[in-house]
Amino acid sequence: MDVLHPDTEYAGFLADGRFMIQRSRSSGTYVFYPRIAAPGTGARDLEWLEASGRGTVHAVTVIPKRDPKDSYNVVLVDLEEGPRMMSRIDDCANEDVRIGMAVTARIVTENGKPLLVFVPEAV
Amino acid sequence: MGFPRGKSAFVSGATFGIGEAPGYSDTDLAAHAVLDALEKVNLRPGDIDGLFAAMPSDPFGQITLAQYMGIYPKILEGNRTGGSSFQTHAHIAAHLIASGEIETAVIAYGSNQRSAAGGLVSSPRVSPYQAPYRPMQPISSYALAASRHMHEYGTTKEQLAEVAVAARKWANLNPDAFMQGNLSVDEVVNARIISSPLGKFDCCLVTDGAAAVVMTSADRAKDIVNAPAYLLGAGQAATHWDILSMPDLTATAAAESGKRAFAAASVTPDQIDVVELYDAFTINTILFLEDLGFCPKGEGGRFVEGGAIAPGGQLAVNTNGGGLSCVHPGMYGLFVMYEAIEQIMGTAGKRQQADVNLAVAHGNGGTLSSQATLILGSEATL
Repeated sequence: MDVLHPDTEYAGFLADGRFMIQRSRSSGTYVFYPRIAAPGTGARDLEWLEASGRGTVHAVTVIPKRDPKDSYNVVLVDLEEGPRMMSRIDDCANEDVRIGMAVTARIVTENGKPLLVFVPEAV
Repeated sequence: MGFPRGKSAFVSGATFGIGEAPGYSDTDLAAHAVLDALEKVNLRPGDIDGLFAAMPSDPFGQITLAQYMGIYPKILEGNRTGGSSFQTHAHIAAHLIASGEIETAVIAYGSNQRSAAGGLVSSPRVSPYQAPYRPMQPISSYALAASRHMHEYGTTKEQLAEVAVAARKWANLNPDAFMQGNLSVDEVVNARIISSPLGKFDCCLVTDGAAAVVMTSADRAKDIVNAPAYLLGAGQAATHWDILSMPDLTATAAAESGKRAFAAASVTPDQIDVVELYDAFTINTILFLEDLGFCPKGEGGRFVEGGAIAPGGQLAVNTNGGGLSCVHPGMYGLFVMYEAIEQIMGTAGKRQQADVNLAVAHGNGGTLSSQATLILGSEATL
């Protein structure tokens, strides 16, 4: 599938319940965030593929709020396919989010828009 | 043809309005600093043929400043890489001065952010792949890097706190520093968390302030001042803008910018007398000490323990009190350069180190994104 409008297509997939990332046909390298060409090589041969949704927490920060239930975490997740993305870990107490933790992608709706978050991998 | 080592020099510098300077615009503040720096060496705005500035909220601030001051420069530059912009300006100015295209360059900055808005300069571009997760920018990006450094190398909150405590001790020797007074490791560790693991005292100040420095050819510099601060080397590198695209959260592009600057200057880190680093957050100082080669990767936390970078310690780091305790008006890189110039010129007052011949002035921009390193030297190093 030709990529013409990276941001809108990514958002459109999410709205359809699909977590799609890009891969360069020539190098096989996965790319995130979405763009019109592979970084470095400049190859304009990116195609959309469904991500496995499996990842590992690479880094974590918690932003505390006066009311603890408003506190939230922000993480960087390494996707199984290679790229790193920013996200949030749901279904897990903020203080229990650990670097190295296995997580699975989930699409939620927030402020009326689809958003990709992760939850701890079912054991 | 590489970097023109020692062919240009800083002959003057000034700061203005450090802390709170209500009632001034960004440009008012910058103009004060420029005029103060020029007056010290009997120069006037009309003598400037190269003007370099990156203003906080005006994308065309360099030409606004030229208009305001009645400067008609041959070269007007406003590269914007965040807080490291000014190091990149000096890098470019050194080449233009060495080639003879310009003779007298001024690099300037001014910000009223504390009085006017009370927030750090932020990028007008918001990444749709970061913003929905509500990271506090830029703090959360640095917090993510700190969490990873702690995970990989066992760096502790106490070691981060040592950086803040050392900065405060230096600030106590600098009458211009905004924060004064005692600060203990316990106070830093137990302070309110802003974005874990970083607490209130791990974060830079939000102040007003302006700075300006004057550069000219090495030949002319000696006629202007007794002890110019020669620019021996400069190097830049950038790995990303948004933290999600940083290749390695524990290794910054300072490893590359530093290597380039040290090679240009033909010196090594063990020869450096004072080290001025852009400390937007405590983790910065640790990362840059490692990446610039003052200690091995991963050892930064242990390196700063026991007051090692405080006054009287093993290495003089951030002798003005840094962005943590002296001044941080949004983009701080020019203040880093100003302090290195003061130390080389021997005009740093109570915090002046003895026999300073070599100084590093390292700038950081964005979220550990752009790194730019300058090596300054006295006449003895030429």
